[in-house]
Amino acid sequence: MKKRKERIDRGIKARSSDIFALLSWREMLYLAAPRLLPVIVCLLLPLLLGPYWQKVLLSVAVVALLAISWDILAQTGMVSLGQALFFGVGAYCSGAMNHYWGLSPVLTIPIASLLGGLICTLILLPVLRLRGIYFSMVTLIIPLILVRIVEATKIFGGTEGLSGMTPLPSTWFELYLSMAVLLAVLFGFRRMMDSDYGLVLKGINDNDRSVINAGINIYWFKAQSLFIAGAIGAFCGAFMTHVYMFVGMPVFALDYSILPIAAAVVGGPGTLAGATLGAFILVPMSEALRGFGGLRIVLYGVFLVVFIVALPEGIFHYIQRKYHQIERWVEVDK
Amino acid sequence: MTDAPILSVSELSKNFGGVRALNQVSFDLQPGELLGVIGPNGSGKTTLVNLITRFVKPTSGEVFFKGKKISHLPPYKIVRLGIARTFQMVKPFYQLPAYKNMIIPLYSPRMRQLAGGHYGDRDAMALDLLEEVGFERDAHVAYKTAGALPQGYLKRLELAKALALQPDLFILDELFSGLSLAEVASIVPIIEKIRMAGKTIIMIEHRLKELFRIADRVIVMNYGEKIADGPAEAVMEDEAVKSAYLGTEAG
Repeated sequence: MKKRKERIDRGIKARSSDIFALLSWREMLYLAAPRLLPVIVCLLLPLLLGPYWQKVLLSVAVVALLAISWDILAQTGMVSLGQALFFGVGAYCSGAMNHYWGLSPVLTIPIASLLGGLICTLILLPVLRLRGIYFSMVTLIIPLILVRIVEATKIFGGTEGLSGMTPLPSTWFELYLSMAVLLAVLFGFRRMMDSDYGLVLKGINDNDRSVINAGINIYWFKAQSLFIAGAIGAFCGAFMTHVYMFVGMPVFALDYSILPIAAAVVGGPGTLAGATLGAFILVPMSEALRGFGGLRIVLYGVFLVVFIVALPEGIFHYIQRKYHQIERWVEVDK
Repeated sequence: MTDAPILSVSELSKNFGGVRALNQVSFDLQPGELLGVIGPNGSGKTTLVNLITRFVKPTSGEVFFKGKKISHLPPYKIVRLGIARTFQMVKPFYQLPAYKNMIIPLYSPRMRQLAGGHYGDRDAMALDLLEEVGFERDAHVAYKTAGALPQGYLKRLELAKALALQPDLFILDELFSGLSLAEVASIVPIIEKIRMAGKTIIMIEHRLKELFRIADRVIVMNYGEKIADGPAEAVMEDEAVKSAYLGTEAG
């Protein structure tokens, strides 16, 4: 007996772009669940985890935010290999403001986010015209340049770095601040990318000539996207400065560039939610593998490869498809 | 006609490395005129369009639009002044519905400028424009994803994108290429309608029969030079044109 796979849309009966005719609680739940789930998870996780995994959760949030920042840039046609630039600039901004001027974290974190975004935009402004791999190369190099400048000129404490930052009030504050920012950034910028403004940004990636041909200055829009991504990255840096109570050369480390890309690619690029999901899988996995000692990176790498080969579309796209469609095997009549 | 020319191209040249793609091309265009540009492959027709809209920087020469020099402006500013072009290779957002493809031109600063500071309902405007170029509203063609549409509709979508900008000068780069006779026949009335509204049009075409039926004037290009300029019948009789291009087809 021959069989074939049948795919049926699970969707809602009457549906036209954004307007849904909701007929039952089931349909309401069907729409609300994917939105409520991340909120519930992010609010409950800090309560359920022990002190060690709470720290891991902080780095999950940071990697997730950096991955979202990477994804926004990638959707605008700029593949960045230097999220460490955003992270590092934000970290040094808040660190310096706290260390030299004694400003409290309540001020330094928001100011460093915006200022960091602005500085990163200005640094990359001259290379906005570069496309593809050329832009990527520049973003890869700039953090390496900055770290050597810090080392050679001994500004901001040089190799020693600046320590003794004001800590955040409590671990709970750290956890819930990071979770709240993650949720706001995830839902806010997902909404932005679905709006007409986001469509213009995606248009630049897809077919920039057609966007220019609409009389739109693509460099102005690219700069805006860069500022948004830079500010998200700078927030991470500023936040971690106050968590570690230290800022130094490691903030420009390659980890901050590579991990977010891995998270976004494994999770599913182009959705922001995929980037977040990727961070929630990869970072704890990397921690769980610590027991293997020297083999940790090997196993981590094998897992990465398995994910990418098995689900090249990304985990989020796969889940999304499964959620909206029922797949089943049916017998072919003959 | 005694009007000032809407577009004036003066000794426009372009070198790509050692190749002279366009050599000292000059012409004037009167408001409301429909100019056809023809010539064999590689004769510099698309280069001419790219130079006027400045997607490519000219090596030398100048372009004036409504008396204002535009050949030093970036392309997006030229569009804002009122020149809209279509591309030979249509590349819509294949995964989006057709009407969502209209959002980008409707987001243009030119739209805001024309509408007096606000954008209006973009989705509704998109559907209206698409109906104008023949996306049957009753059949909900505009809601289909662009990837599911046949070539004829994609070309019309391209035309609708140009229409959305409400330009004074349309530059249509091989709009008819890859279309069946029936599809061409359905697009011609749309072009006639644009013309009735008093707009100026430049059409680059390989489909001579259809072009000659609607063009006021034809420019023939060969090896980057303008070899003939005039009404279609006169140009067809020109010896240089016959030998360069039409001769082989007519013979």
